[in-house]
Amino acid sequence: MSNLKELTKGIIKENPTLVSLLGMCPTLAVTTQALNGLGMGIATTFVLIGSNIVISLLKNIIPKSVKLPCYIVIIAGFVTLIEMLMKGYVPELYKSLGTFLSLITVNCIILGRAEMFASKNKLLPSLLDAVGMGAGFTLALFTMGSIREILGAGTFLNFKIPYIETMTIFIMPAGGFVVLGCIIAIVNKLANKKPPQEMGCSSCPNASACNSKGECE
Amino acid sequence: MMKSLFIIMISAILTDNFVLSKFMGICPFLGVSKKTSSSLGMGAAVIFVMTCAAIVTYPVYTLILVPLSITYLKTIAFILIIALFVQLVEIVLKKVMPPLYNSLGVFLPLITTNCAVLGVTILNIDNEFTFVESVFNAFCAGLGFSLVLLIFSGVRSKMETSDIPETFKGVPSTLIAAAIVSISFMGFSGLVS
Repeated sequence: MSNLKELTKGIIKENPTLVSLLGMCPTLAVTTQALNGLGMGIATTFVLIGSNIVISLLKNIIPKSVKLPCYIVIIAGFVTLIEMLMKGYVPELYKSLGTFLSLITVNCIILGRAEMFASKNKLLPSLLDAVGMGAGFTLALFTMGSIREILGAGTFLNFKIPYIETMTIFIMPAGGFVVLGCIIAIVNKLANKKPPQEMGCSSCPNASACNSKGECE
Repeated sequence: MMKSLFIIMISAILTDNFVLSKFMGICPFLGVSKKTSSSLGMGAAVIFVMTCAAIVTYPVYTLILVPLSITYLKTIAFILIIALFVQLVEIVLKKVMPPLYNSLGVFLPLITTNCAVLGVTILNIDNEFTFVESVFNAFCAGLGFSLVLLIFSGVRSKMETSDIPETFKGVPSTLIAAAIVSISFMGFSGLVS
């Protein structure tokens, strides 16, 4: 039962992007098309699952003082793997995601889950947590991508939608900020909770390594 | 030479700004832009680390990774260098220049996982810049980052006192304000073709 909770919490209740506000950079950058959002979500999920499994298995071996560099190397290893796989099998997607594929390494979601969950839990819950969080991230990216693609380019998954007047601003950077802001507001309204007032130290993956908590806010 | 450097400067600061058009470093942009003083500190720390990261990663790439034909390891190599470097700077600053450490030190741990720093080093390689161009590009990208952070902290201090619908309070309104700043930066597009 509790395992099921680990799986589902990431999708809606603790959605990494829309509720915890992690991993904003790829969320805004690659969602000009629904397909790109989906591809980025799947790539991130792959890295998240891999790193959560490895970190959960190594949690007793990694010394506390160097855990951050250790995590980063493990994550970067999986990122390199998915980069090579995507270059080989889906070269078009690889091209359109560009630099952001390498930048999965510094995605706060992955480091955040490693720090907050995988380093404290057993293998199975860590795996389920990664799948759930990955699914939540993918869902958020796909929704963002769909809205921006339909409104900005008048297509959905590259199929033309008839009778729609396109507003190019939505596929420009500014549109990304507006759409994300509105989605977060809607999610808050639906969840009937107070909106996140600001991004504090609770959502910062470096919080534990940081020796001056709260000063940067 | 001068011309290409000038184009790099304009595009890194204005037309292809890291925060507003490349979407790198959004987390510090939203998190640290509340007060002008902290946004200035963060900006200075980012300029410093970005420039140094470009200085260090370029020779590692051209002198180690390329001759051994293991360029696919650049992500791992670069992030390790950046993480190590940030740690080193923190230790050195603490010992040598305590006043500077007190003003920048808070922001240093946050920079390791700032995607703008890793992003600029990878973009330097992808764009096939020379050493001078890389370093200059990194410096200007940091400058652009600080500029936007500074402008945005001004916008946010105005927002503090304005009447915003309950649902949009906090992050949603911040994001929409960022959209408006981003639209104003779109006015610069076309400066460099």
